Amino acid sequence: MNLLCETPSPSRRALLATMGGLFAWAYLPKFARAADARDPRLVVVILRGALDGLSAVAPVGDPDYAGLHGQIALSLSGDHPAIPLDSFFALNPAMPVFARLYRAGQGAVVHAVATSYRERSHFDGQDVLESGFPGPGRVASGWLNRTIAALPRGARVAAHGGLGVGPTTPLIMRGAAPVLGWSPQNLPQPTEDLANRLLDLYRHRDPVLGEALAQGLSVEKIATGEMDKTPRGGFASAAGMKQAAQGAARLIAADDGPRVAALAFDGWDTHANEGGATGRLAQLLGGLDGAFEEFERVLSPVWKDTAIVVVTEFGRTARINGTTGTDHGTGTVVFLAGGAIKGGRVIADWPGLKPEQLYENRDLAPTTDLRAVVKGVLADHLGLSGMVLANSVFPDSIGAKPMGGLIV
Amino acid sequence: MATDIQAGFIALNRFGLGSRRDGDLAEASADPRGFLKAELVTPRIALLEAPDLPPTAVALQRLFEENEQRRVTRLSVMRAEAARAEVGPMSPPLAEAEAPSMPVAKQPEQPKEPPKPPLEQQVFRAEAAARLQRAFSARPGFVERLVAFWTNHFCVSTMKGPFVRISAGAFERDAIRPHVLGRFGDMLQAVESHPAMLFYLDNQLSIGPTSQAGERSKRGLNENLAREILELHTLGVNGGYTQADVTLLARIITGWTFAGRLGQLGEAGTFVFNVNAHEPGAHAVLQHSYDQAGVAQGQAVLADISRHPATAQHIAYKFARHFVADDPPPALVDRLANTFRATGGDLKTLSLALIDSPEAWVAERTKMRSPSEFLYAAGRIVGRVPDDPNPFLGALNILGMPLWGPSGPNGFPDTAAAWANPEGMKVRLEIAVRIADRWRDALNPRDLLDEIAGAAASPETNRAIARAESKQQGLALLLMSPEVQRR
Repeated sequence: MNLLCETPSPSRRALLATMGGLFAWAYLPKFARAADARDPRLVVVILRGALDGLSAVAPVGDPDYAGLHGQIALSLSGDHPAIPLDSFFALNPAMPVFARLYRAGQGAVVHAVATSYRERSHFDGQDVLESGFPGPGRVASGWLNRTIAALPRGARVAAHGGLGVGPTTPLIMRGAAPVLGWSPQNLPQPTEDLANRLLDLYRHRDPVLGEALAQGLSVEKIATGEMDKTPRGGFASAAGMKQAAQGAARLIAADDGPRVAALAFDGWDTHANEGGATGRLAQLLGGLDGAFEEFERVLSPVWKDTAIVVVTEFGRTARINGTTGTDHGTGTVVFLAGGAIKGGRVIADWPGLKPEQLYENRDLAPTTDLRAVVKGVLADHLGLSGMVLANSVFPDSIGAKPMGGLIV
Repeated sequence: MATDIQAGFIALNRFGLGSRRDGDLAEASADPRGFLKAELVTPRIALLEAPDLPPTAVALQRLFEENEQRRVTRLSVMRAEAARAEVGPMSPPLAEAEAPSMPVAKQPEQPKEPPKPPLEQQVFRAEAAARLQRAFSARPGFVERLVAFWTNHFCVSTMKGPFVRISAGAFERDAIRPHVLGRFGDMLQAVESHPAMLFYLDNQLSIGPTSQAGERSKRGLNENLAREILELHTLGVNGGYTQADVTLLARIITGWTFAGRLGQLGEAGTFVFNVNAHEPGAHAVLQHSYDQAGVAQGQAVLADISRHPATAQHIAYKFARHFVADDPPPALVDRLANTFRATGGDLKTLSLALIDSPEAWVAERTKMRSPSEFLYAAGRIVGRVPDDPNPFLGALNILGMPLWGPSGPNGFPDTAAAWANPEGMKVRLEIAVRIADRWRDALNPRDLLDEIAGAAASPETNRAIARAESKQQGLALLLMSPEVQRR
């Protein structure tokens, strides 16, 4: 249902013919030829809420890991053993599809990564992640849109514009370059997490409303089964993630469709009862894994030229908190998948997990700038020069050199 | 006057339709009472006019014509079927029932246009869209709140059928709005002689037993409108009237009706006094005898009861309950009732008296926004309301407050307890989630909270929104926060 809420951007649904030809000089000539032959696809998935990288790709070889992550730490033994990626890291068992891609050389992980943002606000962190600027609140455009705008007019990627999935275009895809908007048709439902946050607010400020809402929700639970567990769509459910991935893949697989897509999945803010190999986070990771599967299936004709980049605003605390969850942190992981990815490896300059090695004695210390990872993909997959990447795509990022060798 | 953000917040929310994002809070906080009073003295502020909104008579004339067309079509179909039954005696009755239409050559399927909604629904939607836009643009919206209060006080209901559905908006524009800052007595006269009210409470059916029409037919008095005038519109249920008063008032207003399609009594769709249905003679209401002839008799009763002390008390109580508290401070009610009496029911003075009452500014924010107030406030927060009124109308339906469609003549409930129920809260949360889903990360809920509430927001709400895992979740929390739900 469409309630009081039309799209804020009137141009969103239209693929406009205008293009940012101003930046054509930035395109490397050798890639102009290569791209004519290749027709690359790029998908960026944002995990909103801050993914616990230590529970997604666990450093099981680090002697301090199990102690810090306590009862939710992954392990290579037990009922739900983590999937070993190398001698040091293991993947959450909720992600068998990514494990298969990894073994096929089409999946890679970069660990101990962070943006340049060092505070712990989701909104500001997402703003930095998506705008590509060193600080929050600077611009109303995103680095993925500026990437498209920086490509020469004739390039296929530029000609087809971008795809923004969701009722509104994510910031990462907003800007001057033309954007196609698409949203899966589902009715978003309140998640249990949102309901709990609201009930907590009411408990402190308005017990009458809290009592009424609690009653209303438990009636609903009885009527429909457990909240959240019934797949009813929304970008925080496995079904919703799969649906979004399938739709986006179909659109970018089409000959005349966009070549670059942005999606955002919700629900990663696991402060309480995070779970490890099973539980809340594992369900979300399973949803992400299902999205990988849909992309691989629908994009199979162009899979060899496809790169998927999964990023999140920051990581979570290395130590679990008093409610078996983790709080806002710093370093985390980036997932890379697709036929164009030079995979089969975990790339990490591992900082260690001893108290003095943690960032502020609390978070996984970041040793890799997320912009370096993304710039590496953009340079080698789409052919943008380091100069353009450092000036218009990720302003003031000259220190974060594009990471080479991520693309086949 | 020193800036008072708490008072500015009260002005915008308790009195108005909620903060918008373009500096409302700063302006209201600079002079909370002046901010409200300025709206009251704006010329024509309560009126609503637009080219696509037909006056009552025009709307009803269109409906009458539509009904006539439907009737003619129905008749011709019935005649055709009757004729076919005569020439086709071989058809067994069962087959006839299954295949009522004439056999026709099979035609290729053509894509059909979605059927146009019925005429009354088209008009109703246009009226709703105009209310939505007005509720979004009004600043601070105290006048629109007054319009809503009086429209609910003198409610009609679309549940009665197409007649009220097509005329409810015009009723509000023609009978309520011109008087919300005028005199209660004038509003009362306008309301009780409006075709929508006359039809809603069956007065066109009411016939004086000894009138000309009464002598000729078996039909007689219908007390519905007379009872609600006394019980709901003026004196109140404990206002000191008796069943005899109801019956006598019913006699007095026999003949108060509207002209039909053919316009024999006057212009179709307008109020007319049908002397043939009017019960002749003098009648006494509340021990006062009225011997006027014709429509003047009823008008005189309405004029008297509009100034009755019980009416003043009844209106003052409802007014204070709507704006201040379910159980309003007695001193406030008495002051408003005195104002009402002293001014002969001057509603602008009544509204000013509310603004100047200290109780209205210090009461805890225990009132709950009604569903329509919640949706309006949400639209003002996100900075946009849709042009298409259907989602708004749908949301009002599932929240239990269909536009101009209360289940009875006492209108929608006006207490917090009535709206803060489990189902209602659950549905509000679902709607908040859907609005937030539409906007996703396009709005920063921390900035929004700051703009609409500033220092009046509680630390807990600030914290809950700052800690939200996404802007989308933060927006849902903001829309459900006590700052938005309460007023």
